[in-house]
Amino acid sequence: MSDEKVISRGFTGRRSAEASKLPPGQYLTQDFPVLSATPTPRIPLDGWEFTVTTEDGAVARRWNWQAFRALPAVAITTDIHCVTRWSKFDTMWEGVAIDTLLDGVQSTATYAMAHSYGGYTTNVPLADLQNGKAWVAFRYGGKELEPEHGGPARLLVPHLYFWKSAKWVNGLTLMPHDEPGFWERLGYNMYGDPWREQRYTGD
Amino acid sequence: MAGTAIHGGLVWRVGTLVERRRETATAHSLVLDVPDWPGHDAGQHVDVRLTAPDGYSAVRSYSIASAAQEKRLELTIEELADGEVSPYLAETAAPGDPLEIRGPIGGWFVWRPAQTEPVQLIAGGSGIVPLMAMIRTRAQAKSAAPFRLLYSVRSPQAISYANELEQRVHDDANLGVTFAYTRSVPEGWARAPQRIDATAIMEAAFAPALRPSCYVCGPTPFVEAAANLLIAAGHDADRIKTERFGPTAGGS
Repeated sequence: MSDEKVISRGFTGRRSAEASKLPPGQYLTQDFPVLSATPTPRIPLDGWEFTVTTEDGAVARRWNWQAFRALPAVAITTDIHCVTRWSKFDTMWEGVAIDTLLDGVQSTATYAMAHSYGGYTTNVPLADLQNGKAWVAFRYGGKELEPEHGGPARLLVPHLYFWKSAKWVNGLTLMPHDEPGFWERLGYNMYGDPWREQRYTGD
Repeated sequence: MAGTAIHGGLVWRVGTLVERRRETATAHSLVLDVPDWPGHDAGQHVDVRLTAPDGYSAVRSYSIASAAQEKRLELTIEELADGEVSPYLAETAAPGDPLEIRGPIGGWFVWRPAQTEPVQLIAGGSGIVPLMAMIRTRAQAKSAAPFRLLYSVRSPQAISYANELEQRVHDDANLGVTFAYTRSVPEGWARAPQRIDATAIMEAAFAPALRPSCYVCGPTPFVEAAANLLIAAGHDADRIKTERFGPTAGGS
């Protein structure tokens, strides 16, 4: 690792007025760029379901779309930060708190693996999903969440880099130990705190 | 010290810009000498860090264009008129200048010479870069894996690596390249400019029955369209890997 940054001769850069609200190494965008490793799956609502599986392999909770949408939902306004370095301020979502989905589930697990249609996975400590820190979101900007942004529903864990906010999410599996998900096995950080710039393995 | 690994993490290395070549009006290839470069797979990218005299830094990701076997690292960057980093790399940086590099990054959108199945590459504009690394890596490895590239560009002038692609196709019966033009076509071209559609996929791409691995790279709307066309044509979603450049995410 370089002890000191190397000065780039003739580079001045562009400081943004919003820099104080941006995690290190991020820049602000007004767009909503898409980052996905696979084609966008088309998920019919009548076949959609979301499950919570405990660490012993038992399916503790299961909702179809109708039952899921009948759960109490909340509005969320939050900044989001993608590991590809864009951040977007004040995004507006509607979703069901993970606290609601885990309510009454018997478990001593400390981590969760989020699973998605299309096979994507990502790991998150359970503490980062609870106490109003994470949701399964189904509306964005006042509209139903579009497929390319993760619709019908995606995980929303906005205090971590956005790859943790799994698109097309269809379940959580509770785990006694941390295990890497899709990007975490491919060199990305196990935790992904944007304020500590935990982009890659070992950051 | 530059190049010292810490806990298996990615380190910043100080490379030297050796050469810059113009590929198109906006695309520039940078050849870099990076001491202790750990090697990469075709399709991976790197972070490039620029630092102003007062310590302010800006980092962007760029795809690697060079073959996995090459000692020197080659990036091809698209110069964005309102970009913070790309105009510097395209115009200001000069051969001999140091450039901080971190990588390689990304282990999903990669092609390795051990793969023997047919490969369908689909590029939209600057999405050609990681796919070019795959074509070059395949050639270096003397791989016989059949490769086809469908390369959508605005105009004939917007083709990166045009001469090299022509030469490689000439030399290699297992490599096919088809261009699609969205704004203006070459003289004598039989079709009007158009976006790739089901017919283009049917004519240019490997049939689904051959079970090709498909790699699609370009701007988000292009990748969405191309991946959906592949699926509609009968390709298995599990065999399609995508890399999207958001409106701003592909590096500025």
